[in-house]
Amino acid sequence: MFNFFDLGKIFEISSRSTKYVFFLFIIVLIIGLTEALFLSPEDYKQSHSVRIMYVHVPAAWMALGIFSMITFLSVGTFIFKNKNFFLISKSLAPSGFIFNIIALITGSIWGKPTWGTWWAWDARITSMLILALFYFMYLLSWRIIENKNNAIKISSLIIIVGAINVPIIKFSVNWWNTLHQGPSLKIMSDTTIHSSMLIPLGIMTAAFALFSLLIFLMKFNTEMIRIKNKGLDRL
Amino acid sequence: MINEIISMNGYGPYVWSAFIFTLVSFASLYLVTKLQLLKEQKKYIVKFGSLSKAKTAVVREQKINKEILLNSVITKI
Repeated sequence: MFNFFDLGKIFEISSRSTKYVFFLFIIVLIIGLTEALFLSPEDYKQSHSVRIMYVHVPAAWMALGIFSMITFLSVGTFIFKNKNFFLISKSLAPSGFIFNIIALITGSIWGKPTWGTWWAWDARITSMLILALFYFMYLLSWRIIENKNNAIKISSLIIIVGAINVPIIKFSVNWWNTLHQGPSLKIMSDTTIHSSMLIPLGIMTAAFALFSLLIFLMKFNTEMIRIKNKGLDRL
Repeated sequence: MINEIISMNGYGPYVWSAFIFTLVSFASLYLVTKLQLLKEQKKYIVKFGSLSKAKTAVVREQKINKEILLNSVITKI
């Protein structure tokens, strides 16, 4: 089972595709920034401050998406005893953490002109801060635990416990009365965002996803070479 | 025109700082990750160079090792 997780094949693809992903990311980012900063219209209520949405929202989506992916891989590590999963999770986590920090900081910057405050202990913001702490604990566990098997178990456990927070983040704006606005983009029903804003948001989300892929590929290659370095020591 | 783009009706400092923070974070993470990758590649080349001929032949047979060596050469170019 899980033959498609052949590390040799994945490494071959990841090491060769990095430069293409990098160039694609730069192109999509330039288009996204031009749309977000200059071409998209200002909001009738929030004026130009709405442009912060084009970095804040994709960052929050990516942070949540990556955490969910790491959760599935961590569960996979326990159930299928496949230790290749941890390599993928470990390579995904740094970009997820950075996206989480970007979502918090840009949210705070957006909060000042919109709500009149940099920070509020609101359910959505607080749960995003908790997510950042779980990311931090996950990354820290790999740094401080020297035994690889223990590191896999503890880091996976941190992520599985942290996964309880993911639905809380998603539904916090529905469950509690929050300063943070409700979802404008819905999968099951019509979106309330106009296409002139939805398109730049989509392009910026694609740019963020490509950046995440780029960091993942580089991190994965680093981990693989590190493993091979240890192998050479044993020869 | 340029003043309008910079000030954005008074929201400029908020908008620009959010975008600059995002791009600086991207650049920092990219650089740190790239440096880590180059460091590991360099370590690998040094270790590989110190191997005997027989061991080098064994290492070269593995797909991943071949790929690392190939990429290290490309990076140097």
